[in-house]
Amino acid sequence: MSVSPKPIQTFRDDFTYTNSDYAIERFPFPFPEDAYRYSVNIESHKMPGVKDSVSEHFHDVDEHYLSEMAERDLVIKHRPSCCITLPHMDLACWDLIDLSMHHLSKDYPEHFSLEKTDDQWVWENRLLGLKDSFTFGDSSTLPLPPLEYIGRQLQGDIALMDQRDNSLFMDAGVVTCPADWSLAFDAGMSFSEWHGPVPFVHSEGIIDRALKFLMAIPQGGATRRLNWTLTINPRMDTSPEVYPDWGKDKTTVTPENVGDKVYLRVEMQVFDRMPRSNALMICIRTYLISMNDLVTNPVWAKRMHRTMQTLPPELVEYKGLTRFHPILVEWLSKYDVE
Amino acid sequence: MSSVNTKKTELTVRVASIKQVAPAIKEFLLEADNVSLPAYSAGSHVVVLMESDEQESKKIFRNPYSLLSDSDGENSYRIAVRLQDSSRGGSVFMHQSVKEGDRLTIKPPANLFAPYWRAKKHVLFAGGVGITPFMSYLPEMLRRSAEVEMHYMFHSNVTGAYQDELSQMLGDKLHCYDSDQSVRCRIYPVMAAQPIGTHVYICGPESLVKAVQSAADELGWPASAIHYEAFSAPAPGKPFVAELKRTGKRIEVGSDESLLEALEAAEVDIQSSCRGGVCGRCMTPLIDGQADHRDQFLSDDEKARQDCVMPCVSRAQNDKLVLDL
Repeated sequence: MSVSPKPIQTFRDDFTYTNSDYAIERFPFPFPEDAYRYSVNIESHKMPGVKDSVSEHFHDVDEHYLSEMAERDLVIKHRPSCCITLPHMDLACWDLIDLSMHHLSKDYPEHFSLEKTDDQWVWENRLLGLKDSFTFGDSSTLPLPPLEYIGRQLQGDIALMDQRDNSLFMDAGVVTCPADWSLAFDAGMSFSEWHGPVPFVHSEGIIDRALKFLMAIPQGGATRRLNWTLTINPRMDTSPEVYPDWGKDKTTVTPENVGDKVYLRVEMQVFDRMPRSNALMICIRTYLISMNDLVTNPVWAKRMHRTMQTLPPELVEYKGLTRFHPILVEWLSKYDVE
Repeated sequence: MSSVNTKKTELTVRVASIKQVAPAIKEFLLEADNVSLPAYSAGSHVVVLMESDEQESKKIFRNPYSLLSDSDGENSYRIAVRLQDSSRGGSVFMHQSVKEGDRLTIKPPANLFAPYWRAKKHVLFAGGVGITPFMSYLPEMLRRSAEVEMHYMFHSNVTGAYQDELSQMLGDKLHCYDSDQSVRCRIYPVMAAQPIGTHVYICGPESLVKAVQSAADELGWPASAIHYEAFSAPAPGKPFVAELKRTGKRIEVGSDESLLEALEAAEVDIQSSCRGGVCGRCMTPLIDGQADHRDQFLSDDEKARQDCVMPCVSRAQNDKLVLDL
């Protein structure tokens, strides 16, 4: 199905964000079974994926494209530290430009086009009304720093990790819709450092295995996994820097407004090796769905209830659900009647 | 986590030209016909698959070779192959059987020897054909205006390729040592003269790696500043049997072949990349038997658990391993 983004909706203040029936249908529901189980759930991100699914194309461009690009612009203006490139990561940013422009122009030719004559590239993004000519690899020929330039045209947060000293380092990124983490805080950290606060994963050796897996991702071996949390209101920017704006929302959930207020937030995380720089790219594409929309699918409704009911207390705490978790489980129970 | 299927990514390339670049080293220019070849990073290699028809049995060699030249070059790859004295067959095949116009199957570039870009200075030690990975380092280092110096040791009767090219790139930062002219590199003083923040890269025979490491130890360098390319043929060992739990197959592993090679010869579907115990791609669950772990991928704890094995280099301590394949 050809994508035509909706006019701009908001992820803050009046929260006008909505999902169409089609967006609900293709929502990447993350729970494969009826009880919570920790899993790394890695799959190949081989193209093309299942038709009309969020993984049909390398970058999923959907009806929220314009809204998410407007939101990204607001965040970058208010908080420039959400966009960081350490000096040795310039080439990795160009790898990302190459990768993204090729995929977008091939997968969505009605919206994007790329013309190349040797290293002279002409890029057109008709959704945003951009047409730029530049010299590939020469950052001075772009209107913005390379990562911000391409990041402002991609849905989802991007991090570029340098691989050295048997680890991955968060050395570049554009992160405007994080699930309560901060690029400014994590920048320059190693993989095990920025996963420090995650419960269970250290003692069970999960972090070590995940790191080895990621470091071994070869060129052409893109992989993906789904991660999830819950967010109150359809708010994209839940970064610690603006906690005063959104932390208090957690106290506003009542049995009457659960369906409107509580959103399942799913991240499709795509990992790929950057060819020229050997950096590892992670694209974190965020999808939001209200409980009211989620329970229109009876299988999801039942599974959501059982998963929330069996979620270990440490994860309730880590994911920041403590204030409203009991109200949510109670509300969901009416969809799990057998 | 081993369920990700990334195989079937092989590329077919045409040997566009073959050039003698040193008495025992040939350079192969590889081009793709209709597709564009993937870009690659400084320090990358490709694995070349070679099928040789010996009288007794068909054998497939899979040898990794560093990619030469600039990572943002044209749509071609260059590799250089030294005819090895103790060749297990791969370099003899490349030197004697491969002709211009032939097709070769290669795996896409992978990198296990990337430069440490945050270094204040890079010092490169190359021995003989060990010059090859640095041929892709140098253009990128120069593009980034990185400080770099090279110490290149060779026997001019055998090796010593690319001296002119190197001299053009490096000028007086290139130091050549020709053993056949009795010119030798004194490693300790070279290391002692380096400023703090220098990273050292070694590609060459094990004796060179050891010499640089021991100078580094004596001078108190952090181990994290010493990088070396770990390519070498898997060391031989006692023959043993690999039993495959899922299919019931029994596979004899000869003393001069690796477990991975024996599995491949028996047409077992198995992924691999570096074939040197570094990358972890061929990791295979071990159900029974004690592995003689020879890889650098698993930690000591993981090795002690004896629940997985890297078949590209590791073998059996006794006469049998039972694998979950």
